[in-house]
Amino acid sequence: MAISKSKSCRGWGSARLARGLTAGALALGTELAVAAWELNLQPPVSAGARLAYDLHTMVMWLIVVIFVGVFGVLSYSLYAHRKSKGHKPADFHDNTTVEILWTVVPFIILVLIAFPATTSLVAMRDTSQPDMTVKATGYQWKWGYEYLTGDAAGIKYMSVLATTQDQIKGLAPKGEHYLLEVDKPLVVPVNQKVRILATSADVIHNWSVPAFAVKTDAVPGFVRDTWFRAEKEGTYRGQCSELCGKDHGFMPVVVEVVSAEKYAAWAAEQKKLMAAGAEDVSKVWTLAEQQAHGEKVYTTNCAACHQPTGQGLPPAFPALDGSKLVKGPKQAHIQIVLNGKPGTAMAAFGAQLNDTDVAAVVAYERNAWSNKSGEVIQPAEVKALRGK
Amino acid sequence: MNASHTAHHDDLGHHGHAPTGIMRWITTTNHKDIGTMYLWFSFIMFLVGGAMSLVIRAELMQPGIQYVSPEFYNQMLTLHALIMVFGAIMPAFVGFANWMLPLMLGAPDMAFARMNNWSFWLLPPAAILLTGSLFVPGGAAGTGWTLYPPLSVQMGIGMDMAIFAVHILGMSSIMGSINIITTILNLRTPGMTLMKMPMFAWTWLVTAFLLIASMPILAGAVTMLLTDRHFGTSFFAAAGGGDPVLFQHIFWFFGHPEVYIIALPAFGVVSHVIPAFSRKPLFGYVSMVYAIAAIGLISFFVWAHHMYVTGIPLTGQLYFMYATLLIAVPTGVKVFNWVTTMWRGALSFETPMLFALGFLFLFTIGGLTGLVLAITAVDIQLQDTYYVVAHFHYVMVAGALFSAYAGLYYWLPKWTGHMYNESLGKLHFWLSIVFFNVAFFPQHFLGLAGMPRRIPDYAQQFTDFNMVSGIGAFGFGFSQLLVLVVVFQAMKGGAKAAAKPWDGATGLEWTVPSPAPHHTFEDPPPFDQATAHG
Repeated sequence: MAISKSKSCRGWGSARLARGLTAGALALGTELAVAAWELNLQPPVSAGARLAYDLHTMVMWLIVVIFVGVFGVLSYSLYAHRKSKGHKPADFHDNTTVEILWTVVPFIILVLIAFPATTSLVAMRDTSQPDMTVKATGYQWKWGYEYLTGDAAGIKYMSVLATTQDQIKGLAPKGEHYLLEVDKPLVVPVNQKVRILATSADVIHNWSVPAFAVKTDAVPGFVRDTWFRAEKEGTYRGQCSELCGKDHGFMPVVVEVVSAEKYAAWAAEQKKLMAAGAEDVSKVWTLAEQQAHGEKVYTTNCAACHQPTGQGLPPAFPALDGSKLVKGPKQAHIQIVLNGKPGTAMAAFGAQLNDTDVAAVVAYERNAWSNKSGEVIQPAEVKALRGK
Repeated sequence: MNASHTAHHDDLGHHGHAPTGIMRWITTTNHKDIGTMYLWFSFIMFLVGGAMSLVIRAELMQPGIQYVSPEFYNQMLTLHALIMVFGAIMPAFVGFANWMLPLMLGAPDMAFARMNNWSFWLLPPAAILLTGSLFVPGGAAGTGWTLYPPLSVQMGIGMDMAIFAVHILGMSSIMGSINIITTILNLRTPGMTLMKMPMFAWTWLVTAFLLIASMPILAGAVTMLLTDRHFGTSFFAAAGGGDPVLFQHIFWFFGHPEVYIIALPAFGVVSHVIPAFSRKPLFGYVSMVYAIAAIGLISFFVWAHHMYVTGIPLTGQLYFMYATLLIAVPTGVKVFNWVTTMWRGALSFETPMLFALGFLFLFTIGGLTGLVLAITAVDIQLQDTYYVVAHFHYVMVAGALFSAYAGLYYWLPKWTGHMYNESLGKLHFWLSIVFFNVAFFPQHFLGLAGMPRRIPDYAQQFTDFNMVSGIGAFGFGFSQLLVLVVVFQAMKGGAKAAAKPWDGATGLEWTVPSPAPHHTFEDPPPFDQATAHG
């Protein structure tokens, strides 16, 4: 039953069908989020989204009425006033009264629309007195969240697409939330006014969740704000909504709305994890240990452009395997990771990664593939190069 | 091509020593030759841009990455838009203006015949820069046609090629506009006052002013982009005190008038075709003129409705919402006037009329969804989704392409001297309108459900509508090859066209023989009040 409902089965070809069967089986027992042939806006889960939803319904019916009216008249004319039926043309070509009428009447209709449109917008833009504030920073191509106030104040982490490359390339069956899943979603409490401060570290991104009618550009160097008060627990999914380069389609926004208790528990756990994982710059790493950590950092931060194989996508994204820079002195290598390369997509990772991560990823790149330098880079070396 | 022009060759030697062969086309100052070149150029670019859209739709047939990489996908969607807007639609209507304005106004040629030649010959280098950028290291710009920084600052040399292409296209447009304004204001036959001239001339008069006012702004924006990229300026970089959103303001201050630059000449064509096949004069000529002028003017004051989610202040959102709603009034007046023109006429449905009706149908849908998008609160949900893609394709493809076809079939007998194949023309129309709606109507639903635009891969709930849309797009794309067959047939032969092949048509262009001789109206023709208003 679930299989017949699964969208993956609608394609053709036996391989596809087989994949569809697997996907269908995976979907068994879980809520089928896959709603094909969806005709309307997503069900609103916040006051703002409901305002937008109702406004859209109203305007939609209005334009349907106008369309039917105009094309009703036209259709009658097309039927009754045909030359083939012997209709003789009239000769009128001016009438000031009707011209004034069909200028004034639409104008009045528009004024009537403008009233609810204005009040709705004013309500949706009111970001005052939030219960908590989270900063969302767009990176090519992931989101960084930092809780600024509330129980979770101080917690910060990256939220990266969890869908595997194999699924994207069709080598593995696509999961239920294909492209709309992340490793660590934004977690917020239900019925609390959450203010989002959106900004960006590189190009313009857009933080968007349709269920809350929230969509705001994340502009580098500027902070924009928006808000929502989610009314129902659950997971809500959106996507980056401003073209931001190669992987624009692969940086979803996932928000998990939980009860106040669960939220408090989550915040406490995160804080504990952060304290446990606090960076110790003076720690001395071994090669094997650092390689394992470096690979993780590389996969999350570098592989999208430089590829898991280290071959890159030249010329925009150069290969690291055998690269002059990677095989050259480590100082230059660390510096480009810290500071980026202006005028290219190479971001300054110094702001996103701590000394341990930078050291690990640089060491990984210098040892992976055919590079094999055997070097270990200690976090202290990175620390010494910061700001130079 | 040659076949149709042998007819013209008789009077080519009119001035004694006109060059022949390829040099004829390179050196020509004849408005009909230049118009023909504009139309062929735009059709070729239409096929190139169309092929790119099919790459996009092929990739979107199913979820997953199948055929092209995400970065190539971005290049395709960027070039598709730039080529369609600047390479296909705009030159098509300049082609119509070149061919038809002197014939409609009773002028011997365009006012500046040599500049006219230069305006056209700037286009091929620009087209080569744009398409050639695909083959340079890093490929073409992958920023979308809006070229927003800082993304556009990250691009390779392909971006610079696009910038220079835009500069060249802008120069061409400005020269073309000066030519058109001068021709309309100075070369009308005696007795044809401004308020008696054909509607197509009115729409182009307003359009030409829009072009002159807006193209330099685009040129400025891309020049600032160029200096940000290479010469260390920070117009659009916050780190240097600039603002990325400034670019968007400048771009859309050009970009919104651009929408009407494309739509107004299309309105003009339809305002000729509908009366001709209704056998009844255009209803409300004066209000049509005022509506065109009002649309042209208001189009400069609504630009930030493209930027509702960039973080402009609430008061800004409110103002731009009101101004945008206001533009619906004159647009509505035009639709009502066209419908009333048909009311109690004697309608017949030859291919030009079918395309004009198709235009009216699709453009009204696009206009009404524009009303939905104008409401800021609703636009927050729909901005940067497929709803917007559906909306502007209804406006652009319907507004421009369908009316261009209406004009093509309407004036083809005048250009070639032969009637085209009516059954093939009608088939072309029906395939086009059916497949167009199959391709683009479902995109409204995709947008409402939240599918962002400009993504090479999508979540699985969007699969079905994307596949439907893809099938429609391929059907629509291949149907357009039919028009080539129709045009080649008409160029080669077929029933001889009378000077005035459409019994309901009015206007000076129908007083010259078909095909129109190489030189027409060397003396200003008498102007008949009764046939005023085209």
